[in-house]
Amino acid sequence: MLRLENCLIENSGFALRADLTITRGSRVAVIGPSGAGKSTLIETLAGFRPLTNGAIRWNGSDLEGVEPGKRPVAMLFQDGNLFPHLTVGQNVALGIHANLRLDQSQQAQVQAALVRVGLDSMADRKPAALSGGQQSRVALARVLVQGRDLLLLDEPFAALGPALKVEMLDLVAELVEETGATLLMVSHDPSDARRIADQVVLVADGCVHAPQPTAPLLDNPPPALKAYLG
Amino acid sequence: MADCAQPVSPRPGIGAAALVVALIFGTLTAVALRAEVGRGFGASDWAAVRFTLTQACLSAVLSVGLAIPVARALARRRFFGRRILITLLGAPFILPVIVAILGLLQVFGRAGWISSGLALLGLEPVQIYGLHGVVLAHVFFNLPLATRLILQGWQEIPAERFRLAAQLGADSRAMWQLLERPMLIRIVPGALAVVFAICLSSFAVALTLGGGPRATTIELAIYQAFRFDFDLGRAALLSALQLVLTGTAALVALRVAVGEGFGTGLDRALRRWDGTRPIARLLDGMWIATAAVFLMLPLGAIVLSGLPGLTGLPASVWAAALNSVLVAALSTVLLLLLALPMATAVALGRGGAIELAGILGLAASPLVIGTGLFIVIYPIADPFALALPVTALVNAVMALPFALRILVPRAQVVVGRYGRLALSLDMRGWPFVWRVLLPRMRPQIGFAAGLAAALSMGDLGVIALFADPEFATLPLQIYRLMGAYRMEAAAAAALVLLALSMAAFWILDRGGRWHAEA
Repeated sequence: MLRLENCLIENSGFALRADLTITRGSRVAVIGPSGAGKSTLIETLAGFRPLTNGAIRWNGSDLEGVEPGKRPVAMLFQDGNLFPHLTVGQNVALGIHANLRLDQSQQAQVQAALVRVGLDSMADRKPAALSGGQQSRVALARVLVQGRDLLLLDEPFAALGPALKVEMLDLVAELVEETGATLLMVSHDPSDARRIADQVVLVADGCVHAPQPTAPLLDNPPPALKAYLG
Repeated sequence: MADCAQPVSPRPGIGAAALVVALIFGTLTAVALRAEVGRGFGASDWAAVRFTLTQACLSAVLSVGLAIPVARALARRRFFGRRILITLLGAPFILPVIVAILGLLQVFGRAGWISSGLALLGLEPVQIYGLHGVVLAHVFFNLPLATRLILQGWQEIPAERFRLAAQLGADSRAMWQLLERPMLIRIVPGALAVVFAICLSSFAVALTLGGGPRATTIELAIYQAFRFDFDLGRAALLSALQLVLTGTAALVALRVAVGEGFGTGLDRALRRWDGTRPIARLLDGMWIATAAVFLMLPLGAIVLSGLPGLTGLPASVWAAALNSVLVAALSTVLLLLLALPMATAVALGRGGAIELAGILGLAASPLVIGTGLFIVIYPIADPFALALPVTALVNAVMALPFALRILVPRAQVVVGRYGRLALSLDMRGWPFVWRVLLPRMRPQIGFAAGLAAALSMGDLGVIALFADPEFATLPLQIYRLMGAYRMEAAAAAALVLLALSMAAFWILDRGGRWHAEA
């Protein structure tokens, strides 16, 4: 269970409040107007921004002061999710050990993750030799081997075409289903939310609203969401 | 705090910066403590100050004044070899001073090509020693730099402005008033200040082409006070004066200068619609040709006059060449050990003080540091035995400002782009440095190392203070051969030095870019 208790996040004159609970294993879309603080929220959960006030707890333990790499979090950014000078295999292996010294079972784990995303023949290539969709698959393979409880997506598929984006979202849905991870994904497209999220968190007017079931919320939006959806 | 989380620590960089500051101010203090109170400056000291300022002013005005028409011609003409010519304009930066001087002597000297031509007509040979020789050499070195700085200004005028001006029917004169004059007013003061600051601390040029009471720079006076009179007090006094002058000039240059003249993209040709009249074409062509000949002729002269002597080079030259390679290698390693942590620390947001420490190298004079190190080392060890490491260290500090300008922007990009990804993967410290920072910065590291190696290879500065008769680097050995009037051997040795400098730069720069992914 992810708990945000009376959280206040401040970022150069901009304040965001959050007080909500997200149950374990849920798939949550974070939507709202641009500039409302969706990315700020995700970055704070990942440990890149400090809380001014309040606490973030995962299964009861406070994450305050825990470094980004030590949190139960795997995160994909908008871009730059792969190191271009490392091979596909090395990029995935980073999810297990940052110094890339892997034993045999760990190497098998990397290989299995690549098989799962359908890139087992590409392990020795550099990211530049891959298509955009394949690069996203590599990043997802790394998320698999990281084996963290929380998966945070800050619109990593925004640069992909519509069909490819849908393909990636479906893969994400399958992966969190298989691993039992809790998913939070930023999106500005309500159809993304309908496709894979069972709940929606609305970020608007300096406030992160509590999660609500996707379909009823989008079918019958409150004023703040309606203003955004148009 | 979480927002301060970084994949590497800035501490090594802060340490390196502290080391540089300690070296520069420590040596200065050592020198200052030896300066005798109440002795003041003599007439010859004031003459050195006057000469230093005069030659720096003349060099700056001539270099920049000539660079304006050359840059303008290069900016608006496209021709075969333009790209190569613009690349060559960057070469004097790593060209050993002593090599260029030998080349200039070959062309402009008493027994040079021009004098020989004049003699055929029954005229007196031209005189290269003294003020005009020093200025000539400085213009040779700084005309290309000024041209690149000003060309950069031209290239930064958006192409749309030229299109708009052409659409409005602006002729060359209107174009000048609308676009070019405002740009020059912005760029020229910086270019003047940079060239002035560079020429202030000129040592090797003054040592070879100047000298005597009427053509001695402060740096040269420090050297003479130290080497000939062993008058540490006077050397110290002159050192302090030199530091104030160069420090002031460097600060002014940094404040008004825009760009550093070795940026990329200068070979981009701008489409223009003015200056199509034959007379404009002719004038532009003339400027480009004159500048190209002025820059290429001395280098060609070195190759031509050096080749015959190559086979019979004395063993001392090869020994000196080996010393130079060792100095350059050590200096490059020291430079990277200082510059990489400093660039990383700046990229982590610890800018200010560290960048200032890096820039100190521009203001500090190598001879002041050298004198200070000598004073510090003298009671403990034999300074002459330490000539090699001391030269390498001083060269590294001198190359530091340039290296930081190359490394810092890239380090900022790498940390900005991959810092958070690395943190989210719990990749910190050495794994981040080895797996991300160094591989991603390799092209810039290669470029900076190439510059440092070439600068150190060709440096004739602090080594002149520290060398005993048995020990020399190649530039010093060339100077000694010149002093002994063995010009053919000197020219051949200069050719070797030229090849070594260019090879060192080429290998390191190429090595950095080899198989580097975008």
